[in-house]
Amino acid sequence: MKHEEKMRREIEKRGKIGLVLVILCLGSLLGRALAQGGGELRFCIRMEPKTFDPLKVEDEASASIRYLTGGVLVRVNRQTQDLEPALAQSWKVSKDGRQITFRLRSGISFSDGTPFSAGDVAYTIQQLMDPALHSPTGDAFRSGTGNVETKVISPTQISITFPAPVAGLDRLFDQVAILSERSPRKEAAVLGPFMLADYKPGATVLLKRNPNYWKSDEQGRKLPYLDSIRLDIQPNRDVEMLRFKRGELDLINSLDSEYFDKLEATSPQLVHDAGPSLDSEQLWFNEVAKAPIPAYKKNWLRSANFRRAISEAINREDLGRIVFHGHAQPAAGPFSPANRFWFNSKLRPQFYSPDGALKGLQSDGFRLENGVLKDKDGNEVVFSIITNAGSKTRERMAVLIQDDLQKIGIHVNVVTLDFPSLIERMTQSFDYEAIILGLTNVDLDPNGEMNVWLSSAENHQWNPQQKTPETSWEAEIDRLMRAQASSTDFKRRKEAFDRVQEIAVEEQPFIFLINKNALSAVSPAVHGAAPVILSPQTFWNAERLTVSAK
Amino acid sequence: MNLWRKLACVALAVVVCASLAANLLAPAGYEKQYREATDAPPSHAHWLGTDDLGRDRLARVLYGTRISLLMAPAAALLSTLMAAFIGGLAGYLGGIWARLAMGVTDLFLSLPWLFLLITARAFMPLNVAPLISVVVTFLLLGLLGWSTAARVLCATAASLSSADFVRQARAAGVSRLRLFWIHVMPNLKPVLYAQFWISIPVFILSEANLGILGLGVSEPMPSWGSLLRELEGLVSMREEPWKFVPLVLLVVVVMSFQLLLSKHEELPA
Repeated sequence: MKHEEKMRREIEKRGKIGLVLVILCLGSLLGRALAQGGGELRFCIRMEPKTFDPLKVEDEASASIRYLTGGVLVRVNRQTQDLEPALAQSWKVSKDGRQITFRLRSGISFSDGTPFSAGDVAYTIQQLMDPALHSPTGDAFRSGTGNVETKVISPTQISITFPAPVAGLDRLFDQVAILSERSPRKEAAVLGPFMLADYKPGATVLLKRNPNYWKSDEQGRKLPYLDSIRLDIQPNRDVEMLRFKRGELDLINSLDSEYFDKLEATSPQLVHDAGPSLDSEQLWFNEVAKAPIPAYKKNWLRSANFRRAISEAINREDLGRIVFHGHAQPAAGPFSPANRFWFNSKLRPQFYSPDGALKGLQSDGFRLENGVLKDKDGNEVVFSIITNAGSKTRERMAVLIQDDLQKIGIHVNVVTLDFPSLIERMTQSFDYEAIILGLTNVDLDPNGEMNVWLSSAENHQWNPQQKTPETSWEAEIDRLMRAQASSTDFKRRKEAFDRVQEIAVEEQPFIFLINKNALSAVSPAVHGAAPVILSPQTFWNAERLTVSAK
Repeated sequence: MNLWRKLACVALAVVVCASLAANLLAPAGYEKQYREATDAPPSHAHWLGTDDLGRDRLARVLYGTRISLLMAPAAALLSTLMAAFIGGLAGYLGGIWARLAMGVTDLFLSLPWLFLLITARAFMPLNVAPLISVVVTFLLLGLLGWSTAARVLCATAASLSSADFVRQARAAGVSRLRLFWIHVMPNLKPVLYAQFWISIPVFILSEANLGILGLGVSEPMPSWGSLLRELEGLVSMREEPWKFVPLVLLVVVVMSFQLLLSKHEELPA
């Protein structure tokens, strides 16, 4: 018995020693992991960043850097599309939509150690709204003539008053990175998770962890996890793809459907299709009265019946399936269903019906003779579609549409032009009949599209800069867009913009073709990635990403 | 007949006959879209598979061969004749004529063609039938492609004009025109042939690139140039070897013409 008891005690003793050793090992591993940090994330930006000044950002590369380095008062959660507190722990928009009051977090410092206060917010707003700066971000806040007033109520409270109501005011602050008023090196003082460490023009931008970043995770661990982010400047997508395959890059944002399929064939676990994005591709006809095109053609192009028939004759399912390899959905209207707040859910994509299209055209006096469609005066229906050369997807869409329209007797000439020539024809000479181009939407709010839908706007592409609306439906869109922009009542705004979307679908000034899916690729070495449809798709939660050792 | 020459003859005959019989070999035509079978590999229905839009690749290759085989050599012939006339005559006449011709050639070489072509496109109507776009494209290539060859021919003609046999003929009282036509031109032939053969693939590829300016052979009409653009994204021959058929065809045709028209003694045994 004594021997057995001794053995039992010995086993228990050894078990306890083993348990202690296991705990020590785990502790050591955890300690090393914490000490090592989250590694370095590497990906490509496709052009040289034009600026590091967050207020002057207008290109995608600069916007990516601003997203990673800039601290904002409120942040749109790219996953939920909800507005969340950031540097401001709460905010309130006045009933008239002219004033917003922020309550700021305390005890926060810029990356260079200077403390953050309401004075910095006031300084940023003054800089942002300075007309001499020509800030694209600031333009979104310009609702009327007059100055923007900032009032520092306390070091942690500030109110900003605009001369006229600004629709969707609070969400606009997602783009405003706060600058330091007192820091001697203003461009180096940031409040975001990363800060600029090195920039080699034409080669790389290196961002390092901001040691003073204010956020911590649920366990109290300081964010961001990553030590650094290396952004390689690489315009060539083939090279980007090759480097990703070699493991030299950790992620690819906005992947083309062709590359997506190639990568999916070999490594399906690397690619992510987050569903329809905000981006759309559309076709529109030239409706400019002074355009140098024959009068009989102008009559077709300015006829809503003709445009509706063309829309009906286009097989959108095939565009998505063939051109985008299934990674695009038929578009229903101006806004993608991906825009959860503003999409008019009553709208459905145009049903493909060549017979219906032909009937519609016949009601307008067109007739089919020996497979050729002729108008009431006997003119053959022939027009050209131009698009930018080099865009394989648009060229392919144009050829599919050419084939679709041939079925109802319309002959289409597809012409690809270099981009400057296309823009010149589109905006200066108006010497074109139809164009296929895309819209890249980054703004969820319809206010971001005022420059498209107002008849007086430059980007009202089918008939820009009208002195007074030339059609009743354009006058109605003008009225509704202005109404939604001047209202702070979300319900009224939604109703107004829903109607805009309905009119756009009824009149077809833009024939919306497809909404592209948000495609991306992420290396298995990256942990915590959850690609979304909003930009930046793959690194929207960069502060919580980690990269394991290669 | 040399074995190589026979092989070249057969190869060309096969290519020409096949392209002429495109209607029989590929009755569906080059523009028919089989939308349920896009980018398909070779099959009984589509011997060379289908392209991205489901069009039969064999049909596109055959019809493209018709266009490229007719138009690229025509454009090469035009540019070579222009080069022979301008460069050859200038080199033979020498003096102020040579300086003037070379000045014009230098001016032509230094012109920013990209911008000139963009301007040319701006003046052209957008609604041009695909067939007219083909003719216009190759005519432009022919009219613009003579300058480099003219320099080479000018130098060759200049060296020939001081050759003993030319001096002898001149001394015998042969007229200048006859001297150029009977004695100089035959000796320029090898250079002319070389320029002609070099121009064909260059023009075929240039036609593909002119698409960027809205000038090339327009859709849905195929050409070797537009078919070769399909190879842009391919990284390996093993992936989809049937897509390389237009490239192989281009190499075979150019080599066959070269072999067929070369002198006997230049051919490998």
